[in-house]
Amino acid sequence: MRALIAWSFMLAFVLMVVPMSFQWRWCRPEFVVLLVIYWSLFSPQYFGLSMAWCVGLFQDLLESTLLGFNALGILLIAYICHLVSQRMRHYVLWHQALWIFILVGVFQLFSNWLTGFMGPMLNSPAFLLPALISSFLWPLLVVVMRYLQLKFRLHQ
Amino acid sequence: MLALALLLMNRYTPWLDPLRSKLDILTIPFYWVTDIPHRVSNWFDTNWVSRDDLLEENQQLRNKVRIQESRLQQMASLVAENLRLRQLMNSSEIVQDRVLVAELIGVSPDPLVHKVIVNKGSNDGVYVGQPLLDAYGLMGQVVSITPYTAQVLLITDNAHAIPVQVTRNNVRTVAEGIGDLYQLRLRYVSSTMDIKPGDILVSSGLGGRFPVGYPVAQIESITFDPGEPFATVVARPAAHLDRSRHVLLVFSEQSDSVVR
Repeated sequence: MRALIAWSFMLAFVLMVVPMSFQWRWCRPEFVVLLVIYWSLFSPQYFGLSMAWCVGLFQDLLESTLLGFNALGILLIAYICHLVSQRMRHYVLWHQALWIFILVGVFQLFSNWLTGFMGPMLNSPAFLLPALISSFLWPLLVVVMRYLQLKFRLHQ
Repeated sequence: MLALALLLMNRYTPWLDPLRSKLDILTIPFYWVTDIPHRVSNWFDTNWVSRDDLLEENQQLRNKVRIQESRLQQMASLVAENLRLRQLMNSSEIVQDRVLVAELIGVSPDPLVHKVIVNKGSNDGVYVGQPLLDAYGLMGQVVSITPYTAQVLLITDNAHAIPVQVTRNNVRTVAEGIGDLYQLRLRYVSSTMDIKPGDILVSSGLGGRFPVGYPVAQIESITFDPGEPFATVVARPAAHLDRSRHVLLVFSEQSDSVVR
């Protein structure tokens, strides 16, 4: 289980830094946040808040933003997910996807707000685009992860 | 709480910088992995080429070299003449800048930040503040280094400004990035300044950071608004910021001591 968590994050980090063309720069889904949400919802016993914070810190290193910038946002999201995990696990997939849009949206809003503290802030709502795309990606992620867990006979 | 403390510490103090440059090494493998597809295609391009194509390319390159060599002959005499004139004017001579060829291996994933990562670091003598060029013009400057890679802030980033001058009449101004990869904006251009669309901007060397005379941008449009104290001037970067892969890092020791 821990190995699967580790590998999934490795892949997510790679996907986060795949170069995108300038026109498409807003269309990159927040892979790491998606995975943090997934693991906090479905396996909170394996994926605690401190782990979420470490993941966020590594993303900071990767994106060369201020240390703690993503870590704080991801910590916030992971905390919310831990609180609601009992309930959200039983929603249908599209209902979950709706909530993912809101959660990733909160993350984006939070980072945009932090950016605004430190320099020029983005005024257009383009920063919500990754949230939208992430929520479309959610069902795919859940199906793939379920399949992997079944294949390796990992209990949740 | 810890995250918040770390964030504030990183924002307002330089305490974490040494730690950070060590930890940055950890991130190199991820950029390296994302670069694999390009390297594979590159390998196919170089190794699986037909003989005819190679011969044709060779011929083209030969022609190119011949033309450029003949131009270079003229250049030698021009350089000598220039040097003589400069000596007559008692100004220091321009030293030929030494360059290091590097390759882009990554682009900053943050859409608000215009940074690229090149595959040369402090082991190759790269230093913070070093200018980066491509074949067409200035691209940016190095802002942080690890032993094997360096991060370069592009001239179009929100936080970047570069002193420039117009080649036509040596009018000096400052070009700053506005977060758009295809646009720069000139600051403090008064409505009486002699500047036209199509003018070429080159680095002026003021500030001592960038060497003199590298092309930076071309003026695209000028808008005078009588209500504003300065004109809005938009320029297009000369460097192919979104396409160039092979870039040059310039080592310039004397560039800022040129007297004009």
